[in-house]
Parts: sequence; structure tokens; C-alpha cells
Amino acid sequence: MSTRKSVRRCGGAAVRRCVFTVAVVVFGSSLVMAQGLGTPITEAEIAAWDISVMPDGRGLPAGSGTPEQGSKVFAAKCALCHGPEAKGGTNAALVGGAPLTNGIDTPKTIANFWPYATTLFDFTRRAMPWQQPRTLSDDEVYAVTAYILALNKIIGPNDMMNAQTLPKVRMPNRDGFVVRFPERMP
Amino acid sequence: MANHRTTQPLRDLETAAGNGLLHRRAFLTGGAAFAAAVTGYTLSDTAAAQQLSDAPWSKVRGAAIQEYGTPSSFEKQVMRTLSNPRGEPRTQHGRTPHHLLNGTFTPNGLHFVISHSGNPDIDPNQHRLVIHGMVRRPLVFTLDALGRYPMVSRMAFVECGGNSAPLFSNQPVQADVQAIHGLVSCAEWTGVMLSTLLDEAGLDPKATWLIAEGADSLALSRSIPITKALDDAMIALYQNGERLMPGNGYPMRLLLPGWEGNMQVKWLRRIKLVDAPAMSFYEARTYAPILPDGKAYQFYFLQEVKSFITHPSPGLKLSGPGLYEISGVAYSANGRIARVMVTADGGRSWAQAALQEPVQAKAFTRFRVPWRWDGGPVTLQSRAWDEGGNVQPTRAEIVARRGQTKAPVTNPAAFTSQHYNGPTSWGVEANGEVKHVYA
Repeated sequence: MSTRKSVRRCGGAAVRRCVFTVAVVVFGSSLVMAQGLGTPITEAEIAAWDISVMPDGRGLPAGSGTPEQGSKVFAAKCALCHGPEAKGGTNAALVGGAPLTNGIDTPKTIANFWPYATTLFDFTRRAMPWQQPRTLSDDEVYAVTAYILALNKIIGPNDMMNAQTLPKVRMPNRDGFVVRFPERMP
Repeated sequence: MANHRTTQPLRDLETAAGNGLLHRRAFLTGGAAFAAAVTGYTLSDTAAAQQLSDAPWSKVRGAAIQEYGTPSSFEKQVMRTLSNPRGEPRTQHGRTPHHLLNGTFTPNGLHFVISHSGNPDIDPNQHRLVIHGMVRRPLVFTLDALGRYPMVSRMAFVECGGNSAPLFSNQPVQADVQAIHGLVSCAEWTGVMLSTLLDEAGLDPKATWLIAEGADSLALSRSIPITKALDDAMIALYQNGERLMPGNGYPMRLLLPGWEGNMQVKWLRRIKLVDAPAMSFYEARTYAPILPDGKAYQFYFLQEVKSFITHPSPGLKLSGPGLYEISGVAYSANGRIARVMVTADGGRSWAQAALQEPVQAKAFTRFRVPWRWDGGPVTLQSRAWDEGGNVQPTRAEIVARRGQTKAPVTNPAAFTSQHYNGPTSWGVEANGEVKHVYA
């Protein structure tokens, strides 16, 4: 019995019975596959939305980029807000950063705070450029990521970033964190 | 002034703490005499009593009703304050005017909103929610499909992790309760329990986290422990009885009662079951407060027990000595509010506040204390306990553990740190004006 069929059956007068079925399953045995109103979908169909990148590199796409390639992309698509060479403009500087012991309100930067380099790829790909998010190619995102990491001297000026190299980048503040409520962690 | 009459029985009201705090029984035993004697707070000086006559609006036919009602034209000052009213390319904040509201839930148009890239204009018929990753069967849901599941309604506060941040300033920021605490609100949310949908998708027992993602231009994403998802997480479809407001996630948001607002992803379009946190921008960077030793807290999750006095507060003037009702809100991620104590002498003596029933878990609880103000300068402060035995730390305790700024904060909208849950103190001056102070 496919869920598509059950969705169709749920029209009109059958709605109440269908909801009842869902309720019984929910409160019944969790071993039984619940018969509900969700439509099956394949991971291939979700691919365009599935942009999550994990710290160990899972989710990183194919492609690559170097700091030199990234400097061109940055000048064309990022410098408007983040300033030339990422020194800051109407939005945050992406290079440098004061020691966190300067105070609780020390501006957090990639160099002084971010624990994982994968976050830089993930956020750039999902949210940047601010006015045109998700318009950069994966190669461009790797290149901009490499450029910013190199500006901060976290990687070398010729280091290529790709799905294998990026997760291996050791961020300076990787061990700078304390879990607030360990008992709440899975 | 007519407000300041005092009747004979009220002379005998039982004092509970210094500077005129009265026992909460006065609300019950004082009755109409107490109500008649209570002085209201004013935005400006009240007019003296005068000969009554028919007002112009009582002698003409009134206005036609509206299809969707709006407040009286005399309530135009009851507005959110906006940090970025022109929608420039940076985060926008709209703060709730707690000093102009009462009760326990926030009207939808005044619920606080933070939008990091504006509110998307989502067509509900085309919106989809996907659940995938470590499940036996990835599923996609339409809004119509979600609307057919068994619904649950509950009150829940939602608070930004950066709410109350001005209190990390080393000197009291001169700002009102809206500027200081305006990034928390409370509503009745109705929707489908997330556990219902996860059960339908068939959860892989090895899944320990989920990544929630929005349909906004940032595709904002946060990682949430599966334990919370299976406890009381909801896909919220309705807010105070109507569909969610666009700024609060229309047509659907993740509701994680009591947890950091940013985790309760709005415009929710995707839930991916995983076995580790994604370390997304907002969890790895933004909502990780720096500690005095240079380390930073990570995975704070909870909006811990907190309270603040809304009446009186800066902008609400006391119009002279007399009886007043002190009131405010208290809430905790760890369940129901158990007790709220109020001081009028900067913490030397405390009176227990009356709690408005029903007291609901992870929701605003309105507290009230009767007070006879003698006209002298006083310092008001509230302190709340939750049913888990957690209590608001003192400001000194917060400063010792979390630090404070080295220079005074001049911009009340700045986020110097996050997750302040210490007390707020209001200094009432002899002229009836209220200022933010530390005590």
C-alpha cells in the first residue's frame, strides 16, 4: 500500500478515518512502520536542497579551488560588503581578529573563533553572496574558502581546497570550547 | 488627585518586605477598596477629575468594523522597535513592548522577530517539508498533509539567545524593558508533534541529531539533539489561533519549547537526521558566548530561568505616592515557574509575588505584588525559581562566571554576549521616573 494512494484516500469523508489511523499508529507499537500522510521521496530528488556539510567533510561536493582563484571571485562578488582583501566594509572583516581574552565582546572572526573550516564552506555556499545566495559554483565556493583561509595564514598560499583537504584544515580555536550542558548532549 | 484616595481598611494591609511591599493576600482581601486605591502608571501625567459629559464619539454613529481588526487609533505607540527599518542587508530585529502589554501571551503583530535576511514571502501551496537522512523512508509533506495530523496546542515562550544582552554592560545601559528584554515573547502554538513525523519516516536508532533548515535566502540551519526532537518538539502551523506570522516562520516553523530561539528554525523546509552536529554558522560562531578566560560556551541550548518587572519600568511614570501593582513575567526552559520574589530595597528584603494561574511549563508566568510607594527613591528587582530548583543568579554571580564589558555599552541593540539570565533592577526616583540601575 503506497502512501500516495493513502493520501488520495484521505480526501473528503475519509479524512477522519485516516487521521484516526495515524493516531493509532503513533500511540501504538513503534516497531510498525507508521502509515501516514508523508509522500515517499528519494535522496536523489532532495539533492538540490541537501547542502549540509559536516565537520568531517561528509556532504562536501566535488570540485576544488585555490587561494589565487578565490581572490578573483572575492574581488568580484564579496568585496562589495566585506571590503578589499576581506578587511571589512559594510559587513564583517574576514581576516584577522583579536585574542578572545580581550573581553567577552571581542568580535568573533574566522581566525580567532571558528572551530571548523567546513563551516566556512557551508555558510558561504548556503548564504552568500547575501544578495544572491546559492549562485556560486562549488568550485567558486572552494576557491573563496581557500582564499579566506590563506589570508588568515591558516593554510598556505598555494593550498588547494577540496572535499579531501578542507576537513583536514586545523582551525586555530578548534579546542576553545566548553559544552554548556553536557547532560543535554546526545 | 483622585487616584490617591486611601480608604480605612487599606491602612491595615500586611507589609511583606521593605519600602512598602505588601503581602500578596492584599489582592484577595483588599477587594474593591484595594482596586480603587491602586494608582496606575502613566505614559504622561493624568488629567484631574472633571464634570462628566457626553464625549463627541458618544453622539455619532461609530466606524464600520474591519475585516481584520487593528488596535484603537489611540494605541499607536504600542509598537515593536526596529533595528533595521529599511531592511538593509544585515539582520533585522523587532522588539516586543513588554511595558505596554499585560497578561501572558504576546499579540502576533507584536511578537518579537529576528530575520537575518528578511522574511521570505512563501506560497504555502508550494512549500514542502522534507524529512530525510538517517530514516528508513525519506518523506515530503505539504502544508495540507500536515494539517490532517492530530494537532497539539501549547503555550511556549520563544527567546533569542541574545535577549537581555545589554545587562553584560559594566554600567547600566539607559534603556527600557523593550530594548533590554524585547527579544522574548510568548504565544499559543498549534501544530504536529515532530515525533509523529519522525516515527512515520522510521528513525534509524543511530541518528542522534537532526539538522533543521529554513526556506529563507540564508537557508538558516541548526543542529538539534534527537532527544529534544522526540521530547516536545513541534512543527508549529498556528500562532495564537491564526497561521504563523511571516516573521515567525509562515507557513511552518520548528518549535523547541524553552530552547534558544535561533534553533527553532522558521520557514522550515528540511529536517535531516544525522549522527553528529553540523557545526553550522549560528551554532559554531554566533550563539557561542565568549567566557572571561577566552574559552567559549558551545551548545547552550536552554533559555534558563529568568524574570523581569514590566510595571513599573522606564517610560512608565509613577504619578505620586500611593498603592501600585508591581508586575512582570517569569519563564524557564526547565519547566514551570515555582516562585518569584520581589524586592523594593535593592535586595535586603523580599516579598513573594502572586503567580497568575494557570502556571504553564516553558511559558510566561505573570507575577504581581501589591506595593505602597511612599514617594522616596527605591530599587525594584525580581528573582524567579523554576520547578527544577533553578534560580536566577545574582548579577555578581553572572559577572563572576560570564564576565562583563570593560567599557560601558552605549548601543542597547548591541550583542555583547548571549544568555544573560540574571536580574534586572529598576530605580524609582522621587519624581516617579524609572531608570535602569544595577543593585
